[in-house]
Amino acid sequence: MNWSLFFDLTVSGLTLGSLYALIALGYSMVYGILKLLNFAHGDVYMIGAFVGWYTLHALGGPLNPTISGAAVLFVMFIVSMLGCGVLGVAIERFAYRPLRNAPRIAPLISALGVSIFLQNSALLIFGASFRDYDTFDLIGVKTFSVGQLFFSVTQLLTVVVAVLLMVALTIFVARSRLGKAMRSTSFDREAASMMGIDVDRVIAVTFFIGSALAGAAGVMFGLVFGQIYHYMGFIAGLKGFTAAVLGGIGSIPGAMVGGLIVGLAESYATGYLPQGSTFQNLYVFALLIAVILIRPSGLFGTAAIQKV
Amino acid sequence: MAAGGGSGVPPDRSGPADAPDSPRIGVDEWVASVEGKRERYTGLRGRLTREWDHLPPPARVLVFAIPAAIFPLVTTEGNLFRYGLFTLIYALLALGLNIVVGFAGLLDLGYIAFFGCGAYLYAILASPQFGYHWQAEAAIPVIVLGTAIVGLLVGLPSRRLFGDYLAILTLFFGQAFVIFVNNANRISFPFVGHTDLTGGSNGIANIDPFNFFGYKITTTRQQYYFLLIGVSVFLVLLMFVNDSRTGRAWRALREDPLAAEVMSIPVNRLKLLAFVCGAAAAGFTGAIYGTIATAALPGDYDVGLLITIYAIMILGGFGSIMGIVVGAIIVSSVPELLRSSANARPLFYGAILLALLVKIRPWRLLAAELGGLVAFGFVVHAIAEAAYPRLVDGKALGSGTVAHALDHWMLLPQHPVKIADFAYISLIAAVVVYPQLSRLWRALLLAPLLYLVMFVWENLLLVQIGGATRLVLLGALLVALMNVRPQGLFGTATVEIV
Repeated sequence: MNWSLFFDLTVSGLTLGSLYALIALGYSMVYGILKLLNFAHGDVYMIGAFVGWYTLHALGGPLNPTISGAAVLFVMFIVSMLGCGVLGVAIERFAYRPLRNAPRIAPLISALGVSIFLQNSALLIFGASFRDYDTFDLIGVKTFSVGQLFFSVTQLLTVVVAVLLMVALTIFVARSRLGKAMRSTSFDREAASMMGIDVDRVIAVTFFIGSALAGAAGVMFGLVFGQIYHYMGFIAGLKGFTAAVLGGIGSIPGAMVGGLIVGLAESYATGYLPQGSTFQNLYVFALLIAVILIRPSGLFGTAAIQKV
Repeated sequence: MAAGGGSGVPPDRSGPADAPDSPRIGVDEWVASVEGKRERYTGLRGRLTREWDHLPPPARVLVFAIPAAIFPLVTTEGNLFRYGLFTLIYALLALGLNIVVGFAGLLDLGYIAFFGCGAYLYAILASPQFGYHWQAEAAIPVIVLGTAIVGLLVGLPSRRLFGDYLAILTLFFGQAFVIFVNNANRISFPFVGHTDLTGGSNGIANIDPFNFFGYKITTTRQQYYFLLIGVSVFLVLLMFVNDSRTGRAWRALREDPLAAEVMSIPVNRLKLLAFVCGAAAAGFTGAIYGTIATAALPGDYDVGLLITIYAIMILGGFGSIMGIVVGAIIVSSVPELLRSSANARPLFYGAILLALLVKIRPWRLLAAELGGLVAFGFVVHAIAEAAYPRLVDGKALGSGTVAHALDHWMLLPQHPVKIADFAYISLIAAVVVYPQLSRLWRALLLAPLLYLVMFVWENLLLVQIGGATRLVLLGALLVALMNVRPQGLFGTATVEIV
């Protein structure tokens, strides 16, 4: 067995996986509370990547930034997360809240509408061409090695930021008052509202956090892969959803583990399976279909009991 | 479950989420249905509805088929191709999708892949790609059977899954199809070895026209009539199916799968049947599309078309057969009309005016708003002319009095790219913030908001009318329609019982 190839694949899989985990968290949290498949989530992630790009260029571009490289990165993450969070809240307010009591298919269609709207607005404003993040000019091409694992700076940064965000989210959901309200709303919305929890506010906060995480993932994608384009949200959204389902939709640790599994699976498929670099997406989808059929509630999910 | 066919939900977007009118919670189902029937059958409209309901299905189809049959006689070949053929193809596709989603209530997001399967199968059977040139009477049954089998395979998981999981699984199937046909020229198959099955991203070109026993369907007119016969036959079939035992069982399945199962309805078999029927219809349509387009390209079978077909079905109302035909006419012809700025401008402003007429009462307020808008435009234009002449150095697209008048009223920079992008983003932000304002502010800020809308329209949307604009508008329309009338134009609101 070729160990260096294996380690390379593992590292890129972990990087991809932390991106997918961040996207999956947004899906999972929203689904947990509203039982809604937020199709527009992938496009929020795409908008996040573009907000990051514009921030980078507002600060002088990658070649001669007005402030130091690390500060540029920090500002990019913050602006993109805030922007996406606000966008997520606006989407919820307009496309989902009026439909909370409508037939189940209506919000799904509305979500499709938001997705196509965002995607084509991006095409309208940003154009169809690729945009370059020029990461190498910004932070250089240093590589670290831990034993035989070789990390590039961006990969390390991605994984570390993702882990930090996930730890922060876990603490927030587990410890804070609002996190408690989120958990109870996702457990039973009606009962929560009867207990005096402002459900609308909790849902808005959920959308804010989920979309902010997607925005961070968008910036990370730009940093790791260099190029962003208006259509990137669709496939990434699908993968994020795959990760959420894999881990058990509605479960936060599930989304994280699911994201890592999807990322690693994609990476290994590219390296080891026949025609992997062409069909890696097909292999990921096949993995999802297998999981849905064998264990529909996912790895960490609990089987829903249907009351009549 | 149906109540109040015509009554619908009043378009009040700013109201609280659970306003007493959205679904009618707490009303007894039987009472509600009687109430709904009574409401439906009063006045002139009620009489028309009653007459319509009493027509036998073939006669109802004639109401649509006769004008459609006359259409080619009064229009040119080019218009027939642009409006006629695509309307019929969309209608056929949406009717097939309606079996799966509208009748049986299974959310199938991979539907377009069956359409693509049909087109590619016909392309393989009747094109120079492999040198086969099958007759249509042999190829069509094979294609319908082939796509039906694919439908059966994709439908198999539906026995265990429901709702969103099924949706996502079928969406993946649709994506997998696109990836497959895009790359199938590079893979080698077991037993056969390396073959170029689908032509990769170049697709398969030079597909034969339909050839029935030596009679070739080549001209647009022949294709149109062939499609029209297909749609009409399909419509009659669907109407009979809708009233049949199977149709009722499907509806029961859609309304409540659990209750249906308890009533000893064979749920799994019905789900598979719906998938198979939908797939077969899509495969048939795909074969027709293949001959019309004379090429099978992977890009044609992507999410864009899926959303268009869903928009048709939603606009028409789930499960409403004639509604879908109306939806197909609207969705396929409006974007075509929007292609030229001469048509697009009146349509857009007309739609805005109509929305204002519906939303703003009393009349005096509306008149004041419109007057304010005109005055606001002149003031802004005058200020810009004095202070920033670069904002007004362009010209409105197109010619005629409207474009001419706009030159003196609207800000039209010669190089609008940056400012128009900025205006577009601020417009989205403004639309988000606007409903949260108090009444007074809303009344005061309506004129500037409308001016902003028109600015974005003239400087950004109208410029890209052939490309992204139409899809942007389609997306916004879907969201707005779901807000105003979740059951679609011709659908019936369901009554929720608590």
